[in-house]
Amino acid sequence: MAEPRRTTLSVREPEPPMGSLVPAESLKEHLPGLEPERRLNDWGRSERVEGFFDQTLVEFFYRYWFRAEVEGIENVPSAGGALLVSNHAGALPPDAAILAKAIREEHAHPRPLNITIEHFFKGYPGFSALLPKLGCVPAHPANVHRLLYDEEQLVLVFPEGRKGTEKLYKDRYRLRRFGRGGFVEAAMRARAPIVPACVVGAEEAAPVFAQVGPLRRLTGLLYFPVTPTFPHLGLLGMLGYLPAKFKLRFLEPIEFGPGDSHEDKALVQTIAHEVRARIQESLWDMLAARRSVWFG
Amino acid sequence: MMDSRRILVTGLSTYWGGRLAKALEAFPEVEAVIGVDNEEPSVELERTEYVKVGAQHALLRRVVEAAEIDTVVDTRLVVDSSTTSSAKAHENNVIGTMNILAACSGPGSPVRKVVLKSSTHYYGCEQDDPAFFDETMRRPHPPRTGIERDIVEAEAALGEFAERNPDATITILRFANVLGPDVRTSHIGLFSLPAVPMILGFDPRYQFVHEDDVVHALEHAVKVRAPGVFNVAGDGVLALSEVAGLLGKPYAPVLPPWGTGLAAAVLRRAGVRIPPEAMNQLRYGRGVDNRRYKAAGFHYQYTSREAVLKLGEHLRLHPLVRGAQEPYRYEREVEEFLRWSPHVKRTRDGPRSSLSRDQIAELQRLLASFADAAESGAEEGPDRLEAAEERTR
Repeated sequence: MAEPRRTTLSVREPEPPMGSLVPAESLKEHLPGLEPERRLNDWGRSERVEGFFDQTLVEFFYRYWFRAEVEGIENVPSAGGALLVSNHAGALPPDAAILAKAIREEHAHPRPLNITIEHFFKGYPGFSALLPKLGCVPAHPANVHRLLYDEEQLVLVFPEGRKGTEKLYKDRYRLRRFGRGGFVEAAMRARAPIVPACVVGAEEAAPVFAQVGPLRRLTGLLYFPVTPTFPHLGLLGMLGYLPAKFKLRFLEPIEFGPGDSHEDKALVQTIAHEVRARIQESLWDMLAARRSVWFG
Repeated sequence: MMDSRRILVTGLSTYWGGRLAKALEAFPEVEAVIGVDNEEPSVELERTEYVKVGAQHALLRRVVEAAEIDTVVDTRLVVDSSTTSSAKAHENNVIGTMNILAACSGPGSPVRKVVLKSSTHYYGCEQDDPAFFDETMRRPHPPRTGIERDIVEAEAALGEFAERNPDATITILRFANVLGPDVRTSHIGLFSLPAVPMILGFDPRYQFVHEDDVVHALEHAVKVRAPGVFNVAGDGVLALSEVAGLLGKPYAPVLPPWGTGLAAAVLRRAGVRIPPEAMNQLRYGRGVDNRRYKAAGFHYQYTSREAVLKLGEHLRLHPLVRGAQEPYRYEREVEEFLRWSPHVKRTRDGPRSSLSRDQIAELQRLLASFADAAESGAEEGPDRLEAAEERTR
């Protein structure tokens, strides 16, 4: 799904003739205040809708269906912006919701997690109205920057993006390319640490056996997977996850010093590779220790 | 405290021009407010002088030079295509802006500041937009509708003007969708319907600015020196369903997600006009970062939510008070009599000075030279005036 994506809009393109602009630091204090009467925040997130899903569907999957186990939750900072980077796979992947739930359930200071998603969802009816209410934010570099730097929140990205969800069951747990390192740039610019996260179980819970190109084009969807329950059981088959055991592991945060510049492309690429390597290594480690797909 | 003293307001007959002129003439430091337009003003004005001009810049330039205008506020940009035909809007937005800027530039031009009232339609609404546009971002996609194209061109013309006149202060204010009891926009039209129309499966994010904040924002740009581009939008981005809730109305997803244009054409037949630039907004919505203008010292009176609530109050009250007030009609002879006749003794605000303006100006000059000679402490203009009057009596 996610990855701070390439766009024709470079974020800091100056308007040349228009005089000097105010420095970013002093703008932080001008962030709009909270209006307690409102049920939505400025991103369109609704605590009510999110809470409803959290207590029903997500609760059921997290606790009884996937029986999620969490390690290293203390690596998620209790305050300040932080960028969580995770592996990503499966049809309509449950991993994002489970990661968000894990932070809500296990963390000493539960915080909302902003999940970055493809712009595609903003343009698809239904998803467009629902996903922002659940805390999903289109993966635009400016969005990630505002969340990390100005609002100091937790943001989750999947740098594999679509390539992760498109991959088939036979390629499971092999990380795809990590985009162009846009997520590292975003974190460095916002001076926010990167917290790598590994999810084991999602690939078996929603295995993809094939991708059907013509049907994808017909429905206008991002991809059209064939899973054990989809498409022959209809749309609800999308939620027909197999009861694989979920294990989550948060790795040690990667901090940035004041000398690290997001404009240093070589440094950005090095860090992106490093994050990818850490997640991959940890995944192999977790898989080696796993005795059964279903019982952990 | 006031950065500008001799101000030219374009589009005096429009809602914004009239309101701004009214606000500016209340400042004693402002020496002159001159309004130009090709139609007569629609609000009653105290001392603003109305000059009827077409868009010909040759005439406008003479006005600017003769009155030694130091600040031009351009309020006449059409940002809602439902108010006029697209050809007229283009003529007004692109050619008109060009002409006005031509009248302000050139060697020896007294103009030091130009303020343009623009719109956040500049950014458009697309699927891959950021959630909050800030002023440093350009449009991610080329303009889709005529109005958007016009706005981009008008701003580009001002950018060019800024390059050619590096000493002038250029302020562009991009206003979000305006709400309020007096202004008429196509979105207020949509919100006045018994149910708020929506596109099925979409709940776009909207940001609003109250009409009073629009006037204050323009006023602020005149008062202080704030070069640059600024978004002006109330705090808070609302989902359209939330807006409907605040207005106390149901929302009706009557527009299908596919073939929306066709359905909109059917609605137009039924009398509901959704202009093309609003179609994309109903689908994708738009939020802007409003912090820069706040950092430049501007304070909003209303958040987006409060602006919607105010509109809701008005919509409920509107059927009861409709037509209670006589509309104002401009009568040139009466206005000129009130401004210039020596027989006018008092204005609505109180007794008018017994001296003619020329005499006052003469005295002011005289006093100023005395003051310079005597190195006396700084006195405010009006006090000085009163003192002068005392002495002549």
